[in-house]
Amino acid sequence: MDFFIQLVVNGLSVGFIYGISAMGFVMIFKSSSVLNFAHGELLAMGAYIFLVLVTWVELPVYAAFLLTMATCFSLGFIVERLFLRPLIGEPLIFVIMLTVGLAAMFKGLILLIWGGNLHTFPDFLPSWLSLNWGSVAVQPVYTLALVVGTIFLVLFGIFFKFSSQGIYMRSVADNQRAALSLGVNVKKVFALSWAIAALVAGMSGIILGIINGVNVHDLSAIGLKVFPVVILGGLDSIGGAIVGGLIIGLLETLTGGYISPSLRDVVPYIVLVFILMVKPYGLFGQVEIERV
Amino acid sequence: MRKRVFHPCGNYHENYADQLKVYETDYGRFFAAAGLIVLFGLAPFVSSQYFLYILNSIGIAAIAAIGLNILIGYTGQISLGHGAFFGVGAYAAAFLATRCDIPFLLSVPAAGLITALVGLIFGLPSSRLKGLYLTIATLAGQFIIEYVLVHWEDVTKGTMGITLPKANIFGLEISGDIPFFYVIFMAMLAMLWLAVNLMRTKYGRAFVAIRDNDRAAEGMGIPIFPYKLLAFAISSFYAGVAGAIWAYYTVSITAEPFNLGLSVEYIAMVIIGGMGNMSGAIFGAIFITGLNELLRWAIDLMMNMGMVTQTGLNLAPLREFIFGLAIVLFILFEPRGIAEVWRIIRSSFRLWPFSY
Repeated sequence: MDFFIQLVVNGLSVGFIYGISAMGFVMIFKSSSVLNFAHGELLAMGAYIFLVLVTWVELPVYAAFLLTMATCFSLGFIVERLFLRPLIGEPLIFVIMLTVGLAAMFKGLILLIWGGNLHTFPDFLPSWLSLNWGSVAVQPVYTLALVVGTIFLVLFGIFFKFSSQGIYMRSVADNQRAALSLGVNVKKVFALSWAIAALVAGMSGIILGIINGVNVHDLSAIGLKVFPVVILGGLDSIGGAIVGGLIIGLLETLTGGYISPSLRDVVPYIVLVFILMVKPYGLFGQVEIERV
Repeated sequence: MRKRVFHPCGNYHENYADQLKVYETDYGRFFAAAGLIVLFGLAPFVSSQYFLYILNSIGIAAIAAIGLNILIGYTGQISLGHGAFFGVGAYAAAFLATRCDIPFLLSVPAAGLITALVGLIFGLPSSRLKGLYLTIATLAGQFIIEYVLVHWEDVTKGTMGITLPKANIFGLEISGDIPFFYVIFMAMLAMLWLAVNLMRTKYGRAFVAIRDNDRAAEGMGIPIFPYKLLAFAISSFYAGVAGAIWAYYTVSITAEPFNLGLSVEYIAMVIIGGMGNMSGAIFGAIFITGLNELLRWAIDLMMNMGMVTQTGLNLAPLREFIFGLAIVLFILFEPRGIAEVWRIIRSSFRLWPFSY
């Protein structure tokens, strides 16, 4: 029983991080309906920038974290400006293929600079962050993820609900043309959504780096695991991303614990195909009905 | 004998059949025939062993790329699982050849059909949805198939791999690069002929209609779901055939090459070559295979230079970077690919030197 509870706790913690990673993806999809295949590489970028700042520049952790967030934010901005802005108005298929190309490019770049070896962050988490209930233990990093993730969720909630930029973003997500005709600067919204997505991705990259170590292959694989998560939760629902993440994380650890460790990485994709068959728009996605 | 048509000074199409012509002029026919003679009569005998290997790789890649072009370029759906489908074809051919003793000529199309069926498993749930759900389903397919290829050991022998018997056509044994050159390019031309003509039928026009505007297509009475599924099945069939031929060509297969990277490579071929253009798939296959070999050669060369070895820099990822860069640059600057560049070059020489 203890084993089961420990698995559930681990699964939920991993799943929460999947959910946070998926948030950035959903944000881009909502505002511009682009499936971002370079999401894993954005995660990896965040983790590597943090790695450089912490180990080579030896900044204090808080400063490094803030600086990484700022760098990721501008990175997202630059990526949108350089690669996606010229494609506004082109068929969506080009934009999606572009993100596939960007993924290969970033991955090659990261491998060229840092190599394919596993890097680890120095251990900087205080031990009081670890929680214990009897035999069940939560590692400090998961507590950190929970705290940081919740803070981000609340901040985004406030941002989307009350700030004018947030309302613009929601309006573009709802109907791009209507927003454009009402004077919303759609280009700015796209740029902002890429920047915020990169920022969130960078943050989840750092947390994933603390858990598994920093390796571009692992991180880009997690970037693809975002797809089962968002399909399960509904492609256009940020809350759905978190719930989907929790379910996928849980399923993964339970399969890894009880059935076979090698099946662990495939289970999310089996769930994905299954969900597409029974409930294609996910748990919280908006069902599109169209009659011709 | 009908009157030969050379370069008309304008557009003289009188009916719909004229529009559908494969060859605009008899020059086109002449150059195609000349190209075939050079390809089959000259190329295998003047090229070295290594160059012949590259040519064969191009031929196999072109078959898969033509199939993927039907899906991406003509129907407007993306598949991220073609690397795995290629693998399914290879393993299906290997299984049929080793366990069931089915001859080469039957096992290759059979492998294609099996691949098409496997593809349908992933196509079925996603094709009924609007948008690019097929991309996501085939991404799932890529990972699930990779897992199955490694872990279903009864059929695939896991990491050991399968060794195929020599290919045999009516008692003639096919082995070595030159005989395979003929088999591969004959198959490629047959598949190309099939694809070009398929696109001129009702089915091909329906695919294009779905790509251009699915609502209008449905309004015109095209049932979208069966047609999307059909396009996907056809393109998986092509990948399966290419995989089967590749399996016979390389003799021994394991599951490693059929990863997501291979899928991206095929997509790159279609994009760089030119979407919605049959010659584009071939240009893409030539470009990507050529780029691959060129980069391998350049990286080997650079790795052996003292300066680079001393810094301990690993240049192998450069390949991935340049691949991604090529896709990005083509999408940004020439989204219609090499085929469009080729068309521009050709049309600037039209009626040269007295162009109108």
